[in-house]
Amino acid sequence: MKKWLMGLTMMSLAAGLIGCGDNSSSTGATTSVMDDGAGETATTLKYWTFVELHGQHFQSMLKKWNEANADRQIKLEVSVMPYDDMHNKLSIALQTGQGAPDISDIEVGKFPDFLNGTPQLESLNDVVEPHKASIVQSRLDLYTKDGTVYGLPTHVGAAVAFYNTEILESAGVDYKSIVTWDDYKKAGIQVYEKTGNYMGTADTSAGWQASMMLAQQGKDFTDDAGTPIVNSPEMIKGLSILKDLQKSNVIATVAGGQPDTEEAYGEFNTGKYASAMMPFWFMSRYVNYMPDLSGKIAIAPIPVIEKGMPTSYGGGGTGTVVTKQAKDVQLAKDFLAFAKLTLDANINIWNTLGFDPVNTEVWAMEDVTHNKDNKFVQYFQNNPFEVLNEIKDGINLIKSTPSSPTINNVINTTTFNEIFENDKDVTEALNEAQSEIEQQLK
Amino acid sequence: MLKNFLYSQKVAPYVFVLPFVLIFLVFWLYPLASSAEMSFQKVMLGQSAQWVGFDNYAKLIDDSMFLKAVMNSVTYTVMTLVILIPFPMLFAVLINAKFMWGRELFKSVFFFPALTSVVVAGTIFRLMFGEMEGSLINSLLGIFGIEPVKFLKGHTTGFVALLSLAAWRWMGVNILYFLAGLKNIPDDYYEAASIDGASTFQKFRFITIPLLKPTTIYVLTISIYAGMAMFVESLMMWNGNNSPQNIGLTIIGYLYRQGIEKNNLGFAATVGLVLLLVTMIINLTQLALSGLFKKEDA
Repeated sequence: MKKWLMGLTMMSLAAGLIGCGDNSSSTGATTSVMDDGAGETATTLKYWTFVELHGQHFQSMLKKWNEANADRQIKLEVSVMPYDDMHNKLSIALQTGQGAPDISDIEVGKFPDFLNGTPQLESLNDVVEPHKASIVQSRLDLYTKDGTVYGLPTHVGAAVAFYNTEILESAGVDYKSIVTWDDYKKAGIQVYEKTGNYMGTADTSAGWQASMMLAQQGKDFTDDAGTPIVNSPEMIKGLSILKDLQKSNVIATVAGGQPDTEEAYGEFNTGKYASAMMPFWFMSRYVNYMPDLSGKIAIAPIPVIEKGMPTSYGGGGTGTVVTKQAKDVQLAKDFLAFAKLTLDANINIWNTLGFDPVNTEVWAMEDVTHNKDNKFVQYFQNNPFEVLNEIKDGINLIKSTPSSPTINNVINTTTFNEIFENDKDVTEALNEAQSEIEQQLK
Repeated sequence: MLKNFLYSQKVAPYVFVLPFVLIFLVFWLYPLASSAEMSFQKVMLGQSAQWVGFDNYAKLIDDSMFLKAVMNSVTYTVMTLVILIPFPMLFAVLINAKFMWGRELFKSVFFFPALTSVVVAGTIFRLMFGEMEGSLINSLLGIFGIEPVKFLKGHTTGFVALLSLAAWRWMGVNILYFLAGLKNIPDDYYEAASIDGASTFQKFRFITIPLLKPTTIYVLTISIYAGMAMFVESLMMWNGNNSPQNIGLTIIGYLYRQGIEKNNLGFAATVGLVLLLVTMIINLTQLALSGLFKKEDA
């Protein structure tokens, strides 16, 4: 073999390395066509999501749409894909200019990446306008860039505390008396001494707890201009409180790194941890994945650092968008607004998905929120909406900014692990995180 | 006319190599050139790219995360070489030995893991190395009174898990390579050595190892390539591309994170080209040192 030929062969071999990124864990999509009540002339719209249940919600809204709009009927082709796959496919489709669906879900943590430069998504301002008065503005802000709304929210995601009353009672603790973190600590020590179980988790792979601590102090991961400040005094204070709880055996790290993982569902289900402070949608995880705890879980406001602080923030979220490649943009937009912003849609979001709808009118509708046939109402000891209405005015916003994906990546993979697994000094870990984030954003 | 053309001795060779050349141009050279172009651009979704000069390269130089990814990939590669060359060679010699029974059985048992999908194997290894008391490895350790270990949260233990997966999966393939190499060594050499009074170890040291050199070089080359390109194993082991403190982040993982997860294809192209360069240098150096080029020229 000639030298140059050898070189060429080596090059092609090595060039294969570059191509390797694309063939990851494609586990394939499940696609189904929903044509409830649609006639021959119906337009087919493609919808991508990473949550199977979202498709079910769209199905019931589709039926209503086709009944009400005989001349603009729709068939919906729903593809459910795993989280990473769906976002990666969508970004490749938007990058290449072909293959994108008409409508797609984008998770809030990924959303800023789709807003770089000129977003390849349609403005939804005109369809949002008629509903603006009744929906929570901060949830729209998450999916807005320069005054243009690109995504419609699914829920508020107000964070609340979930207590396992069976464990608490056996330790002689009443969750209703827990108001501050000091109360929580005292209760937690009692729980650990009496039962050997932990009061809660120390999360290493998600920022729910950090968001909660920042929101109580009226702060965020970024300043008003969107510049990252993860080593702010408030962040240090918040994480130090958590670190202290960990040292007192009140909270401990959990398999999976945070409550919203399969490993952690198992740990909760067996009663190893007595509480979780999670966004409202975590209710659906209890109902679907922790059947053994049915009737044992009570919902309450999250403890605060000092009395009077706001107790909650809106966590997580999915923005549904219309892409620039949509066949019939106006039809897609109108249907999307119908399926996510109308009162009907919001009632259905609670009934099907168990989320706290963005239309707060629903929160006050007793017949909907206290419906005895609802599986979420049945599962929990107290009515979730009683807590929601109590904390209504204290739900702070944790912003989504262009730097959010980088911030989340650094703190969720490195910083929390260093603090809770490796016992690194809180301030030191956060200072390092700050410089790492700044460096990556350069 | 057509017949003349087809039967022409000058044209025919070109016709034969044409499919390769075309595939090479379309699927290797064109993407390579377009990656090189992208590495000087800022690429945003569906929009025309902006030229940014050497910005991406400058950013890569101070990127501590990239350095971490390189270190992880290099460590993984070196460790796989340490495990996956001497042991398969030894096992191949044992399987090939005259006193060995059940030769075919061992060959297939060792080779089986290579037939499983990385996705399946990775998932099973993740569960085996789980941090809970009930996971396989921890329950085995429990028998000896060892406390449960959080394997996938620590750097060293994480690598233990990754390397076990690699060793389990590739041992059989490398054994087959070495077995094929052993078949090419004539028995006469061993007979001659025996007559001269050489011990078994001396035969292994002075006949087997030197004559297996071409096989060893081949295995070394593909192992370096496979090690530097490792991605799916880590992705499956940590159920995603974000391992705690990035202990499982590889160069390809970093490229994937930047290009696909963060939609920063320009920077990812830069990472890819640097990786290509690094791998080329390592492989060419290794091939030159092992004297492969010299032989070809002679």
